[in-house]
Amino acid sequence: MMFSRLLSNDLPRNRWLAAILIVIVLGLALTPFLFPSTKALNVGAKILVFIVLVASFDLLLGYTGIVSFAHTMFFGIGAYGVAIASTRLGPGWGSLALGVGVALVLALALSLVIGLFSLRVKAIFFAMITLAVASAFLSLASQLSDLTGGEDGLNFKVPEALQPGTQYLEEPFLGASIDGRFLSYYLLFVATVVLVLVMLRIVNSPFGRVLQAIRENDFRAEAIGYRVVVYRTLSNVLSALFATLAGCLLAIWLRYNGPDTSLSFEIMLDILLIVVIGGMGTVYGAVVGSVLFVIAQNYLQDLLKLGAGAVEGVPVVSQLVSPDRWLLWLGLLFVLSVYHFPTGVVGRLRALRSKGR
Amino acid sequence: MNTTTTTPTAAPAAKAEAIPKAAFDWIPLALVPLLALVALPAIGSPSSWLTLTVAGLAMGMIIFIIASGLTLVFGLMDVLNFGHGVFIAFGAFVATSVFGAMIGWSDADSMLKNLAVLFCAMLAAMSITAAIGWGFERVMVRPVYGQHLKQILVTMGGMIIGEELIKVVWGPQQIPLPLPTTLRGSLLWGDAVVEKYRLVAVVIGAVVLLAMLFTLNRTKLGLLIRAGVQDREMVESLGYRIRRLFVGVFVAGSALAGLGGVLWGLYQQNVIPQIGAQVNTLIFIVIIIGGLGSTFGCFVGALLVGLLANYVGFLAPKAAMFSNIGLMVAILLWRPQGLYPVANR
Repeated sequence: MMFSRLLSNDLPRNRWLAAILIVIVLGLALTPFLFPSTKALNVGAKILVFIVLVASFDLLLGYTGIVSFAHTMFFGIGAYGVAIASTRLGPGWGSLALGVGVALVLALALSLVIGLFSLRVKAIFFAMITLAVASAFLSLASQLSDLTGGEDGLNFKVPEALQPGTQYLEEPFLGASIDGRFLSYYLLFVATVVLVLVMLRIVNSPFGRVLQAIRENDFRAEAIGYRVVVYRTLSNVLSALFATLAGCLLAIWLRYNGPDTSLSFEIMLDILLIVVIGGMGTVYGAVVGSVLFVIAQNYLQDLLKLGAGAVEGVPVVSQLVSPDRWLLWLGLLFVLSVYHFPTGVVGRLRALRSKGR
Repeated sequence: MNTTTTTPTAAPAAKAEAIPKAAFDWIPLALVPLLALVALPAIGSPSSWLTLTVAGLAMGMIIFIIASGLTLVFGLMDVLNFGHGVFIAFGAFVATSVFGAMIGWSDADSMLKNLAVLFCAMLAAMSITAAIGWGFERVMVRPVYGQHLKQILVTMGGMIIGEELIKVVWGPQQIPLPLPTTLRGSLLWGDAVVEKYRLVAVVIGAVVLLAMLFTLNRTKLGLLIRAGVQDREMVESLGYRIRRLFVGVFVAGSALAGLGGVLWGLYQQNVIPQIGAQVNTLIFIVIIIGGLGSTFGCFVGALLVGLLANYVGFLAPKAAMFSNIGLMVAILLWRPQGLYPVANR
C-alpha cells in the first residue's frame, strides 16, 4: 500500500515491466559496487540524468501532446547555472544552491514567456517556434564567452565533499572506493528517484488528467471548461523546471559544461528517440528508454566495431556498419517504432497484459 | 477570414463581376524596401549598403527557393516536413561530386564551361533530390497524414537517417565547394564591392520565382494547387485527385530544395552534413513569417530575413542570430497568421 502510494497508484501494470524496472532500479542503485569501472559509473550517472530529462520531456510530449524543440535550452540553463555560479563564486554548496536557484528562476520566466506567447498556436507552429528559439539560445551561449566560456565551455570545481580526491574510507568497501565520486553518484541517484516520484505524482493528479484530456481533444477540454492555454503553459513551465534540474545534475557530475554537452541539437534528438522508444505518456518509458539508449550509445559502438571488422574492405557496407554510424540504425529504429510501435516498450508491455486476461 | 467572397450589398449583377477581386495587400511587400531604406542611414556609407543589400537579396532568394516547396506542401496537405533540410544537404553534396568530377571545366577560364558545370550540378542535384523526395513521400509521409505529432517525429527521424546516409556516401567531414573561375571575385561599382556569385544567385532566384509565379498563377495546374491550398476538400469534391497533385508538389519542392542546396553550398563555399539542420531553422522562420502555405509570403519573408541578417551582421555581428527571431516575434505580434495568411488556416 505504502509502495503504491509512493508510485502514486501508477503501478507498472505488467509483470515483465515490473521486473525490468526492479532490475533497473537495483542496477542503478548498486552500480558503484557491481561495475566498479569509471566508464560504468559514468554511464550510470548519464542514465540517471537522462531519466529526469526525458521524463520531464514526456510531461510535455507524452502527457500534453506538445512538441517542443526548446527542451535542451532548459537543460542547458540548469547546467550553465551550476557551472557559472561555481566558476564565479568558487566551489561550495552555497554557489551550487545559488546556481540552481537562478537557473530555475530563469527557466521559469523563459518558459512562461514562450508558453504564453506561442502555445495558442497549432502544434506544428509551436514546434517550429521552439526550434528557432533553441537555436538562438545555442548561439547566444557560444557568443557570450565571458560568461559561458564560449565553445570551450567551463571547467569548474564542485564542493569538496563531492570531489574525486576526497576519500572517505582508506580501503575500498565491497569493491567500490568510497570517495567524492561515490557520494556524487548517490546524490544523483537520490535526486533522480525523488524527481521521478514527483513527476509520477504530477501526472497522476487531477492536473495530469486534464493534461491528458487536452492531448486527446483540446477542443473538448476547452468546452468542458478547462482553460487549455493555462494548462498547456503550466505543463510547459513544469517540464522546463524539471529539465533545468536535470541540467544541474549533469553539471555536478561532469564538473564541466559547454554548448555541446547540454545544448546541442543532438541531445534534443536523443530525447525524442528515448521518449518514443521507451513509450510516450508513461513516465516509466523514460526510465526504460534512457537505460536502453545510453547503454546502446556507449556499448553498441563496440558491437558495431566487431561487425565493421568482419566486413572491412567492402566499400559501402563497411561504412554502413561503422561504429560512427550507429545513429543511422537508431534513426531507422526510431521511424519504425513511430509507425509500428507507437506506444513504445512500456505501452507494448502494458498492452500485453490486458490482452492476456 | 474570407474577404473575397461576400459582398451582400453587391452592385447590380450586370455591372459587377461575380466575385470581386481582392485588393492586393501591399503593406508586407513594402516592408522590404522600407527595411533597406531604414538601413541606409544606419550603415552610413552607400557603398557598403549596396554590398550588403545585394548580399541580402541573394541570401533571401536562395532561402526562398528552398522554402517555397515546403510552404506549398504544408498548405496543400497540412504536412510539415521537418526533414526538408535534408534535401538541401543532398543537393549540396551532389553538387560537390559534380564539381569534383568536372574540375577541369570548373577551373577553366571559359565562362561557357563554368556555367555548364554550374548547370550540370543544378540539374543533377535537382533530379536526385526529386527522386529522394518521391521516395521520402511514399515511405515516410504517406502513412502519417493528418497526424501532426507523428509527422513531426517521423520526418525528424527521416532527417537523422538522411544525414547519416550522407556521411556514409560522402564522409562526415566538411567538403569545400569552390566557385567556378569566372564567378569568383567581385565587381566594383564605384566604391561598392558586389560579389559576382551573389548577382548570379539573385538572377537564378528571380528566374525560379518568375517560373513559380507563372505556374501558380497562369496555368491550370497552378490554379488547382492554389485552390487546394485554400480549400482542399472543395478541390477534391470537384473530382480532382489532390493526392497526385500533392506528390507532384512534394517532388517539385524537394527538387527546388536541392537546387537551393547547390546555391547555398556555393554561397558558403563549403558543405557539411549538418547543413540541413542549420538551414531548417532559417526556412521555418521564413515560412512562419510569410504565413504557412503562402508562396508570396514566403518570398517576402525570405527577402526580409536575408536583408536583415546581412544588415545586422554588419552593424552588430553578435546580434545577427537573434535578428531572425526578433523579426519573427515582431511580425507574429503584428499579424499572428503571418504576413500573407492563407484562408482556412
